[in-house]
Amino acid sequence: MTAEPLDLALIEEDAGERPWQRTLRLLVKRRMAVAGLAVVLFFIALAILAPLVSPYDPLATNWAMVRKPPSALHLFGTDEIGRDVLARVIWGARASLLAGLVSVSLALAVGVPIGLVSGYLGGVIDGILMRLIDAMLAIPFLILAIALAAFLGPSLANAMIAIGVSQTPIFARLTRGQVLTVKHEDYIEAARAVGNPHHRIVLRHILPNIIPPLLVQATLAAAAAIIAEASLSFLGLGEQPPDPSWGSMLNTAKNFISQAPWMALWPGLAIFTLVLSLNLFGDGLRDALDPRRS
Amino acid sequence: MTAFLLRRIALILPTLFFVSVLIFGLQQLLPGDPAMAMAGEEQDPTVIAFLRQKYHLDQPLPVRYALWVEGIAHGDFGESIRIKRPVRDLILEKLPVTGELAGLAMLVALVIGVPAGILAAVKHDTAIDYGATMAALWGISIPNFWLGILLILLFSVTLGWLPASGFVTPAESLKQNLLTLIMPAFVLGNAIAAVMMRHTRSAMLQVLSADYVRTARAKGLSQASVILRHALRNALIPVVTLGALEFGGLLSGAVLTEQVFTIPGFGKLIVDAVFNRDYAVVQGVVLCTAFAYIMLNLFADIAYALINPRLRG
Repeated sequence: MTAEPLDLALIEEDAGERPWQRTLRLLVKRRMAVAGLAVVLFFIALAILAPLVSPYDPLATNWAMVRKPPSALHLFGTDEIGRDVLARVIWGARASLLAGLVSVSLALAVGVPIGLVSGYLGGVIDGILMRLIDAMLAIPFLILAIALAAFLGPSLANAMIAIGVSQTPIFARLTRGQVLTVKHEDYIEAARAVGNPHHRIVLRHILPNIIPPLLVQATLAAAAAIIAEASLSFLGLGEQPPDPSWGSMLNTAKNFISQAPWMALWPGLAIFTLVLSLNLFGDGLRDALDPRRS
Repeated sequence: MTAFLLRRIALILPTLFFVSVLIFGLQQLLPGDPAMAMAGEEQDPTVIAFLRQKYHLDQPLPVRYALWVEGIAHGDFGESIRIKRPVRDLILEKLPVTGELAGLAMLVALVIGVPAGILAAVKHDTAIDYGATMAALWGISIPNFWLGILLILLFSVTLGWLPASGFVTPAESLKQNLLTLIMPAFVLGNAIAAVMMRHTRSAMLQVLSADYVRTARAKGLSQASVILRHALRNALIPVVTLGALEFGGLLSGAVLTEQVFTIPGFGKLIVDAVFNRDYAVVQGVVLCTAFAYIMLNLFADIAYALINPRLRG
């Protein structure tokens, strides 16, 4: 039996490569993840350039064009008061993407510090914080968001707060778990041994090492937040009419399903495509960041 | 085992305490005077005075919390402001409706998710595996209220096979009841099926490479016997317990599904309550779902420990 020759090409490829370069290289190999990222970037561009690319004013009504099927004039058709569905889908991307960004940022900003403190300090503080997190996790995500939106009052801003708060426990749990695995690594012990203060150990030595799983979770949480915003808007608890959002468009479309099915088709397809793309990208990112999977 | 049980039960007490504090705390989010917020648009001073006294709003916060918890311990969840009925009665009335919908959805999830997961694991890295994995990703990404609308468009509007809405109790007509619930149960079960498929697939992949499965194969047992009698039985343990965790997703989804198909269940109750500013109902529903979730997880953990002695510790 002969030993397998070492794959020199592989070693050379790995040599001197920074972790982010390696991740990028592995990510680019995953075509579905790249396609997902491309679609997400497309929607972001659409949201930013909405005033330039939207064919009509999303709020402009036209009583002569009520519930008209897709045509050359109105590619996606018109709604129950003659507004252009394509224009509303384009402008609606803003509410969805904003909800994804703001909610997840909020959840990260609150959840990560809780997880860091809980995991690093341990003991009684950890016990109390984790029971609090358990309590939040015990209330189903959307029900908690609905209850919060109910008491805060219906608006897009409050929906984003409600979604962010509901997602906080996931990040707190994840961060704590990561801190617990990293905490006893040699380099942390070394940082402690040379007399670094606690806040420096946590922020400079622990936090940078637990960012990859947080990044993956943030991508998947953004997908969940976008569905949640659409859900709250669908229930009437998010973006308020007449401002366009995909969820509230579907809520209206539900009442005209037999007369104007196109009103329900496009906003739903937009949510589905954006969420699917974020999930594809998140899955690919997780695989690229996980050394065991490559 | 007794020690495990006691420890596990002791662990839910602080969780229940925090859940109650959170839900009670929701009231504090109301801008201004809760009595004025609850009194609605009329702002009748006698109503406000009555509400203030009724909800002990003149008392300090901890006293109010204690009184609220005491009421709940005695089954008093307060009264619906709009319908003028005890919240407990409303919840008990809607519970069987959502229960049936959730049960049927879980059935759909198991019937689709578990076989698909087994097939994907057995045919690992083939077109079937990729197809099933892709289908699961679709199931997770599709907003269930949109799927509901699309199904109504196809089966009710275009084909006219199924009713688009209008819930009938099983007591009135079991056939009609099932006909109205087919689409909602599928819509709700579809996302859970996707999660179940992923769990089953990874559990089966793990089990299929285990020594005892290899031994069973070496003995010359048929492929079907190895998969169904040896691998699946062990792979299903984590899948079933994870099913309990999916309960939260099921309830969240039920809110939307009930809204799409106008089913008078828990979800409809909480959404209507939100728009009627019927805060006692909102709190009651949230409390009940959280309690049910905590209990289901307790049972799942106990069941898991019963099957897997290593966990009893």
